[in-house]
Amino acid sequence: MQISITVNGKAYSHDIEPRMSLVEYLREILNLTGTHIGCDTSGCGACTINIDGVAAKSCTLLAVQANGASITTIEGMAKGNELHPIQEAFKEHHGLQCGFCTPGMVMTAADILKNNPSPNEMEIRHGLEGNFCRCTGYHNIVKSIQHAAEKMNS
Amino acid sequence: MIPSKFDYIKVSSLNEAIELLDKHGYDAKILSGGHSLIPTMKLRLNSPELLIDISSVPELNSITLEGDEIVIGANCTHHAILSSEIVNAHINLLAQTAKCIGDIQVRNRGTIGGSLAHADPSADYPATVLACDATIVVQGKQGERSIVASEFFQGIFTTAIENDEIITSVRFPKVANGNYQKFYQSASRFAVVGVAVVKEENKVKVGITGVSDTPYRATAVENAYDGTATAASHAVDGIDVMSDHFADVNYRSHLAKVYVKKALEA
Repeated sequence: MQISITVNGKAYSHDIEPRMSLVEYLREILNLTGTHIGCDTSGCGACTINIDGVAAKSCTLLAVQANGASITTIEGMAKGNELHPIQEAFKEHHGLQCGFCTPGMVMTAADILKNNPSPNEMEIRHGLEGNFCRCTGYHNIVKSIQHAAEKMNS
Repeated sequence: MIPSKFDYIKVSSLNEAIELLDKHGYDAKILSGGHSLIPTMKLRLNSPELLIDISSVPELNSITLEGDEIVIGANCTHHAILSSEIVNAHINLLAQTAKCIGDIQVRNRGTIGGSLAHADPSADYPATVLACDATIVVQGKQGERSIVASEFFQGIFTTAIENDEIITSVRFPKVANGNYQKFYQSASRFAVVGVAVVKEENKVKVGITGVSDTPYRATAVENAYDGTATAASHAVDGIDVMSDHFADVNYRSHLAKVYVKKALEA
């Protein structure tokens, strides 16, 4: 089936099988491998992307469902060499250890801050309910998002 | 994990979807948010030959107040429901319930129609739909019909929806005093036990999910209610309580009583 998708501001068109998941499309067809596949059943959040303004798990979306949509992946967060404030905060505040969950964490953090620009610690922790860090590095992830919020509000 | 092969058609009207459902029967499935359906397809628990995507059918996306009823379109996401002014003003219980579902990402895509049609025995909405005496409106080849909540859920993943029918909306009465209490399965965030209580003067209506293979109205609790929470001890009277690797019969029964008590006291 023919689909047309805008990813990180760039228009793409491909003929794909309906059963191809969006994350597989992003990784295998567009070579945007920043979006990770973890559990593959909408539990872990590693595959979180933004579709038409909201965070979603791209393992549980078919690429055909995203036909006509505008998608932002982790690769679309930085502007050239300038990191997004959330990425910058993760770097500054050691918000990652192995880094596997990080793209999903950053994309979910962007959704949390869009709806609540000044979240408290509990609100951030609740917001991250759908993102697992197997290094258990949550403390610094939360700290990073708090710092990102401050920077984005200043 | 990759599903079996299937065809995909995105429809722009309800009639188109009903025609396709009628033609393809059990080989077709309705897709909206896909957050119940797609995981089952990836696990090959479900292998439809055709997916009919109704996410662009405009009349299924609204939340409106019609007289004394709040009408939720089947395609409304959990996020749309929990953030709706109408829902928060007239049936806060439903907003509380939607807030407990999954996580941000799941709430952004999953829909009330999909959740009810899937009828997972651990889903959250069934408890609230039952406690509110909500009505599920479906449409099929024979036209539209309304199914009362108490007749909708018929067993594990089984509902009163006929093969050619699609949920179009859910109609709730206004609820002034209600609350939802849930014991989460900590990884999946489904309900091990979920209890919705609606309080009306000296009466309560109690809906329970997660405890039995079919969500139920805890009539034993309702009949024994005396204004205190002691009636909670009747939470599983006459109920065939589920047992799984999260909670055995004894523990789940205990949780049901504790969460009914919490909901009655809230």
